[in-house]
Amino acid sequence: MATVTAAERLARTWETPADFVSSLFTVDHKAIGRRYLLTAFFFFLVGGVEALLLRIQLFRPGAGFLGPHTYDQIFTMHGVTMLFLFATPIIIGAFGNFMIPLMIGARDMAFPRLNALSYWAFLFAGVLMYGSLIVGSPPNASWFSYAPLTSQTYVPGPNQDFWSWGLLFLTVSTTVSAINFIVTIFKFRCPGLSINRLSLFIWSEIATAFMILFSFPSLTAAIILLELERKWGFHIFDANAGGAPLLWQHLFWIFGHPIVYIWFIPATGVISSVIPVFAQRRMIGYIFVALASVSVAFLSFGVWAHHMFTVGLPLIALSFFSAASMMVSFPSGVQVFCWIATIFHGRSRLTTAYLYALAYIFVFVIGGISGVMTGSVPLDWQVHSTYFVVAHIHYVVAGTVLFALLAGVYYWTPKMFGRMLSERLGRLGFWLTFAGFNLAFFPMHAVGLLGMPRQIYTYASGLGWDSSNALETVGAFILALGILVVITDFLQALIAGPMAPDNPWNADTLEWAVSSPPPDYNFLRIPVLRSREPLWDQPELATINQPAHENQLADEPESNVTATPGPTESTRRQTMSTTVLDAEISETIEMPGDSYLPLLLAFGLLVVFSGLLPDLMFVEALVVATGLAICAVALFLWFWPAAEPTV
Amino acid sequence: MTALDSGLTLPPARPVSGSRAPAWWGMLCLIATEATLFVLLIFSYFYLRWGSPNWPPQGTPRPEFTVIIPATVLLLGSSAPVMWAETAIRRGRQNVLRLGLSVAWLMAAVFVILELWEWSHLGFGPQSSQYASIFFTITGLHLAHVSIALLMSAYIQLRASRGHFDAQHFLAVENVALYWHFVDVVWIFVFATVYISPYVT
Repeated sequence: MATVTAAERLARTWETPADFVSSLFTVDHKAIGRRYLLTAFFFFLVGGVEALLLRIQLFRPGAGFLGPHTYDQIFTMHGVTMLFLFATPIIIGAFGNFMIPLMIGARDMAFPRLNALSYWAFLFAGVLMYGSLIVGSPPNASWFSYAPLTSQTYVPGPNQDFWSWGLLFLTVSTTVSAINFIVTIFKFRCPGLSINRLSLFIWSEIATAFMILFSFPSLTAAIILLELERKWGFHIFDANAGGAPLLWQHLFWIFGHPIVYIWFIPATGVISSVIPVFAQRRMIGYIFVALASVSVAFLSFGVWAHHMFTVGLPLIALSFFSAASMMVSFPSGVQVFCWIATIFHGRSRLTTAYLYALAYIFVFVIGGISGVMTGSVPLDWQVHSTYFVVAHIHYVVAGTVLFALLAGVYYWTPKMFGRMLSERLGRLGFWLTFAGFNLAFFPMHAVGLLGMPRQIYTYASGLGWDSSNALETVGAFILALGILVVITDFLQALIAGPMAPDNPWNADTLEWAVSSPPPDYNFLRIPVLRSREPLWDQPELATINQPAHENQLADEPESNVTATPGPTESTRRQTMSTTVLDAEISETIEMPGDSYLPLLLAFGLLVVFSGLLPDLMFVEALVVATGLAICAVALFLWFWPAAEPTV
Repeated sequence: MTALDSGLTLPPARPVSGSRAPAWWGMLCLIATEATLFVLLIFSYFYLRWGSPNWPPQGTPRPEFTVIIPATVLLLGSSAPVMWAETAIRRGRQNVLRLGLSVAWLMAAVFVILELWEWSHLGFGPQSSQYASIFFTITGLHLAHVSIALLMSAYIQLRASRGHFDAQHFLAVENVALYWHFVDVVWIFVFATVYISPYVT
């Protein structure tokens, strides 16, 4: 033991062998975060190609590029892909997974195997939904799939079932992630990282995780009821048999409004990370921005009926939901003003990441203003189901998630992949995406006010919509070009980019204290924090992962301790847990090693959901039973102790 | 080593339980999200009722209590032996753990049988009306949860028979007990909704 240093021992304990099969079994949050980024970005490209097909069809009036049925399928898949396979997983899955343990000074997430399960379930849910293309019946009733359009009568094929089971599968992935985030953030913070020192990124993640926990059950309920009706002849949404079609809208939007904030609140977290670093000053109004995330999360559960102003709700409900919707603008406005104040009082360095953050604020404000407009009942009656709403959702969701993602990519790629991106290509990509985005989506406001309904596959000329639609298509292609430049930059950086130093931006949060990319075990010693911006106030943290000179540490007075040794002796993976609010040292926690069980369990679920797609006959029941058996075996092994505990 | 430990000492790895254990927090989160699912289905029940002129629809009798009351007593009562078993293992008494869990298991299993019997004697199937559909959905989902709790309990009984638990190692027992109580408490709300509320006009 004397010859092996603590760093070598930790490296051996935490490493995943480099071969392909071992890499499938890894539970390292950093590998999982990188996979999330690449997979969700791949789905973004697929959804983007679908968008371009839609824009080609709408380029001029009366075009015959896509027929009505194909158009329905493509716009449904565009919505489902962008919202559920890209916007939902990308920020929390990629940056959340990769950054949270590093930001809080932990060696991994609380439940590493569940983390791997989240990823595989997400990937397989995407595979399942795109399996619909192989059998030629993709979902075609739009991403919100209103009843009774989705009943067996109107969608006899499995199209809608792909939507249902795919999203239920994704719900498994997302819920498991949320639980993992909550427990990690509450229990695995390093000593001194009390709740009032959490970075704003973490605040946004925790608010999001709670929203997931309480909103996805509504989607689950809706899917269960819909599939019972479709497969087993239940009467829930069928008005002819006493059902209530509007119940679908209530259930879907009780989920669907929080999910809008599940998309953009993590994005605000990225922006709150990027802005202080490049404005080179502490965030102004930290406490207000943190509380804004939490209060938007709360409010998100009381605004769902603003999607339903035209269905004939009682006046009292209209007033309540309208007022609640307007209320969201208060915390959101506070957040925006805190960013602006920070920028105003800082000394800005106009890097690409920072430009994207500024673009984010721009699109967020425009989307927010059109949100307040549609929150007003009389105006909503006018623009409901027109392109005005399409413009609004693209500003408030597509713009925010995309620009926050790109800000995050330019900010964190050095940490995640160890290479610097090119500022020159980065700026070119920025101007193309920013110009393309606004050209593509801003005219939709106008054409919506002129009465163009959403989700139509073509339109007649002479309605005043032609030039706007042509502009939108041109904008979409410029946006696509910008994305190509970003991809080029990313690939050239991976191959030939300069190696990234530990902290290229002089950033404040803890992930920049370790090497780029970080070692498998993240931290040799567990840091002890005394500040909200640890790297700005505790410069000694920059050497946290260097082998310790014991004397040097011993000389430190107790109030000035940089790090606790953390568990380094064991040959099993260990990290430290602390108390929930004050982050005082609580326990040494043993972590599971790499495992094939998450992959096996996700595969079992894939078999179950695939078996549920067609009408349930003998063979299909057999498939479902096989899948359940696989899940059962995986769970049996999962919870069996690795070694018999010594009694 | 002493030098490194200055001021902040880390206890050695040891078995944890309750709020010290990450898995305990995980179970609470799972229960929170599952409870929300039941809340939304109960919301759906009342939404459907609100839109219907008669509840239950004409020709459908109101639910009977003869079978479900004893079943309810058994299910809610099964929480007691689970608590008893959990308290016992905290003191290292493995025999009481096994006994308590198996008594509770039998009680809940009889609940499942009684409920299935009740289903087959209702006089209507889930396709009969919107009332029947939501009745079967909610009771069925609860039945699925009881079955999962039964499987979980069977699993830790197997582990208990291998001597996996003692006065320090009982986190899995604690978590299964939490889930078990959750399934029981949910039944109170399900029962009030699908059995009692039709009598309130």
